[in-house]
Amino acid sequence: MKFVLKKTLLYLLLSLLTFVFIFPIILVLINSFKTRFVIQNSPFSLPDSTTFAGIENYVRGLEATDFLASLGRSLFITVFSVVLITVCCSMTAWFIGRVKGRLGNGLYLLFVFSMVVPFQMVMFTMSKVANVLGLDNPIGIVFIYLGFGAGLSVFMFCGAIRGLPRGVEEAAWVDGCSVVRMFFSIVLPLLKPTLVTVSILNAMWIWNDYLLPYLVMGSDYRTIPVAVQYLKGGYGSVDMGALMAVLIVAIIPVTVFYLFTQKFIIEGVAAGAVKG
Amino acid sequence: MERKIRGRWYVFLLPTLTCFAIAFLIPFIMGIGLSFTEFKTVTNARFVGFENYIAVFKSSDGFISSLIFTVGFSVVTVIAVNLLAFFLALTLVKRFRFRNFYRTVFFMPNLIGGIVLGYIFQLIINGVLLNYGYTITSRWSFGFWGLVILSIWQMSGYMMVIYIAGITSIPGELYEAARVDGASSFRTLISITLPSVMPSITVCLFLSLTNSFKMFDQNLALTAGAPSGQTEMLALDIYNTFYGRTGGEGIGQAKAVIFFIIVAVISFVQLRITRSKEFDS
Repeated sequence: MKFVLKKTLLYLLLSLLTFVFIFPIILVLINSFKTRFVIQNSPFSLPDSTTFAGIENYVRGLEATDFLASLGRSLFITVFSVVLITVCCSMTAWFIGRVKGRLGNGLYLLFVFSMVVPFQMVMFTMSKVANVLGLDNPIGIVFIYLGFGAGLSVFMFCGAIRGLPRGVEEAAWVDGCSVVRMFFSIVLPLLKPTLVTVSILNAMWIWNDYLLPYLVMGSDYRTIPVAVQYLKGGYGSVDMGALMAVLIVAIIPVTVFYLFTQKFIIEGVAAGAVKG
Repeated sequence: MERKIRGRWYVFLLPTLTCFAIAFLIPFIMGIGLSFTEFKTVTNARFVGFENYIAVFKSSDGFISSLIFTVGFSVVTVIAVNLLAFFLALTLVKRFRFRNFYRTVFFMPNLIGGIVLGYIFQLIINGVLLNYGYTITSRWSFGFWGLVILSIWQMSGYMMVIYIAGITSIPGELYEAARVDGASSFRTLISITLPSVMPSITVCLFLSLTNSFKMFDQNLALTAGAPSGQTEMLALDIYNTFYGRTGGEGIGQAKAVIFFIIVAVISFVQLRITRSKEFDS
């Protein structure tokens, strides 16, 4: 009897918390179907026949922000940055792990040091450097992300490489395998769990990043977070309807991605913390 | 073999190091240099010594009040986030139906970006305050608690996942032994669970503290510093000094250097303290 009561209480409490966690998103979803002027004054009401706006808000919001272009840009930047970061940083980490002495240690410390430095410290000078080098576009920014994401990624790969058995590599070396081929056909497959973790942590960061793409590319190439802020940041009264609609379409891609990969994401975060 | 790898440095090192230099190292060194100058663009800098640093600590500048706001916010947020996350983790390590569903839901807010989150919570908080004739920008305390609520909502799930990983890795024999000794569940929590998850606590305190301290997007979207800069956290204050003030670049860069030193010291001290605790237990 006591056991059943305890269990029921547990479910009640968790369901209440679930509601609290989902409620903000549901509220925005409801408001995205209301006419723009009623949102501000009665955000908690359901749309009725006079306040129902259909998909009007979505049409206005997507048009004002050129949302589809932003979506494509965000996808492009995130995918290519993550691929470049995982490949280059795992290579660098292997180099650091296998080359003993001052060079390896010095590089390692340098990368760890960069993790402590907040973005504000380099934001002004970095955007100027990116500008001078012509990296202020969706292709160039991928290299900026490699540079700025290298700290954490190299650090995590170094941790994984310390645990790799040396025997396999030495056997391949005796068989006359070149070091570059050895890395790609032997080391990289062994690093798979860390590759997943590093990809996830970087993807979450880059997809949602606002300040770096805004400062480097300006509003010529807006990613999704920059597009949302752009909609709100203009002068005059804010179109609340369009804002609600854009918030929803900004959440949809992440949610879909999360539903398919949640197991990896949650495991990746837990693994990342253990190594971090 | 090591010599051969060293010989291929241009394959393994060059791409990462080049980008690292462009995106981090050169800007970092330039940033430190420029904090001692007055400049508009990077090329016309004029050396002014410590003038920028002195200006930062003048009372007319918002830096000190931003610092106080940020510290207050971080303390409250770190405590609240970790308590809730630990409680959620304790509940969700037990075996029962829908356990994974709850985990999935609580983790989800992490995937939504700070800008989007800021506007979602602006809608909710303004909606509640409307009943009393206020908006979130009426008083600084509204913005403060708004940011705290938003951060709890966003970060708890992430920390929960780390705590769950920590708790599940505790060997079952420890609990078995405690049960045989007739320990109460509270006693088990204090004597077994807590000391065993000390590494997870280190990581979570560290992550939540640095995340709160460096918060920018949420701050920009939720209040943008209103009313009159009273809810400006350090990162936003630095941003506004750079881009919102004429001739503010030098002072902004000086603030950024101070910000960097504070974050570095926090990271160092915090890791030291919690690491030493781990050895005790």
